[in-house]
Amino acid sequence: MAKEKKVNENVQESVPPMGMTMIAREFKKDKLAMFSLAVLVIILLGVFIGSVIINQDQIMRVSIFDKYAAPGTFSTTNNTTFILGADEGGRDVFGQLIIGARNSILIGFTITIVTSIIGVGLGIVSGYYGGAIDNILMRIVDFIMILPIQMIIIVFVTIVPKYNVWSFIGIMSSFYWVGKARLFRSKALSESRRDYVSASKTLGTSDFKIMFRELMPNLSSLIITNLTMNFAANIGIETTLTFLGFGLPTNVPSLGTLIGYASNGDVLSNKTWIWLPASVLILVMMLSINYVGQALKRSADARQRLG
Amino acid sequence: MWKTILRRIILMIPQVIILSIFIFLLAQAMPGDPFTGLINPNMDPAVIEKMREAAGLNDPWHIQYIRWIGNAIHGDFGTSFLYKLPVAEIIGERALNTIWLSLLTVILTYLIALPLGLFAGRYQNSWFDKVVVVYNFFSFAVPIFIFALLTLFIFGYRLDWFPTTGSVSSDVVKGTTAYFFDKLHHITLPAISQAFLATAVTIQYLRSEVIDAKTQDFVRTARSKGVPTNKVFTRHIFRNASLPIASQLGYEITGLISGSVVIEKIFGYPGIGKLFIDSIVQRDYTVITALILILGIATLIGTLLSDIIMSIVDPRIRIQ
Repeated sequence: MAKEKKVNENVQESVPPMGMTMIAREFKKDKLAMFSLAVLVIILLGVFIGSVIINQDQIMRVSIFDKYAAPGTFSTTNNTTFILGADEGGRDVFGQLIIGARNSILIGFTITIVTSIIGVGLGIVSGYYGGAIDNILMRIVDFIMILPIQMIIIVFVTIVPKYNVWSFIGIMSSFYWVGKARLFRSKALSESRRDYVSASKTLGTSDFKIMFRELMPNLSSLIITNLTMNFAANIGIETTLTFLGFGLPTNVPSLGTLIGYASNGDVLSNKTWIWLPASVLILVMMLSINYVGQALKRSADARQRLG
Repeated sequence: MWKTILRRIILMIPQVIILSIFIFLLAQAMPGDPFTGLINPNMDPAVIEKMREAAGLNDPWHIQYIRWIGNAIHGDFGTSFLYKLPVAEIIGERALNTIWLSLLTVILTYLIALPLGLFAGRYQNSWFDKVVVVYNFFSFAVPIFIFALLTLFIFGYRLDWFPTTGSVSSDVVKGTTAYFFDKLHHITLPAISQAFLATAVTIQYLRSEVIDAKTQDFVRTARSKGVPTNKVFTRHIFRNASLPIASQLGYEITGLISGSVVIEKIFGYPGIGKLFIDSIVQRDYTVITALILILGIATLIGTLLSDIIMSIVDPRIRIQ
């Protein structure tokens, strides 16, 4: 009797770890992923706490006497020290860095969420139903794929009336969902041929419930990985467009705005304090988000796991 | 074979039509028309209205569209407001610069990616493989504009090894070898920056392809026949892994050309990416419309070429 109980216990212990446990194990095993996660958390905390403390109006105020003040210069007009110097308009670079990072992160995140809802939703619907719906949606996806998207976005940015942050998010989202839709369509297509879906259909479960309550959870690890990688990519795209001068409106500073000052050769070569910190910050964020994303990807695939 | 190609071309036609309608409507949404620049206090608005009527700008949009696309097919994209020259002429001149840049980038990409990807796959988990994996991770994660700025800063400004702007110095004579080398000197830095990041996908693909191939039946057969290990890799695995890369050429080049905006802006390189940005800033809409149409069609042709090469390289694709 006692022995049998013991066996049962063992059986229970051998249930493979799932979800969060698996991810935690992966991070414990991979020190660099843990480090990347820590760096990311520190940056996020620093940026969001910093942006609450910092007075944005004071930072964006132009003071001509502090034009291109070097790092560490004491400003008599603002009665503060420029930790990272000042830009052409005498505005504090450090403050702009914090606020720009906050804006870039928030906007990158919003775009990721919006494109994921559209892309994953349409992808699953397309893959699950197949037939005419699939055909129409995939032709739309094919069409958007051939467009020179970067250029079209720049055109939209210049012709949209009353352009603001939400228009930017709208424009970006209306083009960048297609890759996701295609990916999740192919996954949903193979998933919807599985027995559990047929069984659920036979039981009379509604299509909506099958798609989003039964099929989607089975793709959740892929969604999480895709979201993470996409978050990094979207920050990259936003800062690139803002760098070119066609991203966020001028009254919303982004990391790209600071780097954009480097289009001026003199700033690029002699006034590194303006653009280098923002570049390094983006670089560090990209590398750590991508590394965390790869660790997530590994933990979702039993063959690649380290932990 | 020919049937497949023909079917692909026929499938392309509706795409081209929708693309052109989309771009035409986009152009309609852009403010201004060719006569906006003429408006001034000395000009009677009625005269301008008459000129618009004569130019057909008051016709319904589908008639205007047919006229526009008819002209575009004959290579007439209208006149640039800014340069007062035919748009086709301006684009043609700049496109050549972008094509040279893209060509060098593609050559560099494959020169870097092929050996790195293939050997990293062959010597999986060796120190070389680990270095390649780290490099590959960086090339995936680093945004191109930051990498390009850093290379420009270090090699262009600080070390002064390369020119920081333009595509050719003003004092060299066209057609001489000095001219060629001067152009190459200008192109190198942007091409390297682009190639560094463009290698990412290729390296990852080749590496995993070689690793997969190592355990496949045709490799086991070759080994059991007594083929030396080196030959197994060069003759069987490498060739199988790199053939599909050839088919990526179409995608690669069109991707580079439509992605040239950032790199050309940073390096002040006078190609179509920079032309696009300049035209946007100056609101030179005829140039913008023509550029997007040409790039869209180029992308379509690029994918078509890739599919054709793929079906030559890999006969399994032809079956469907």
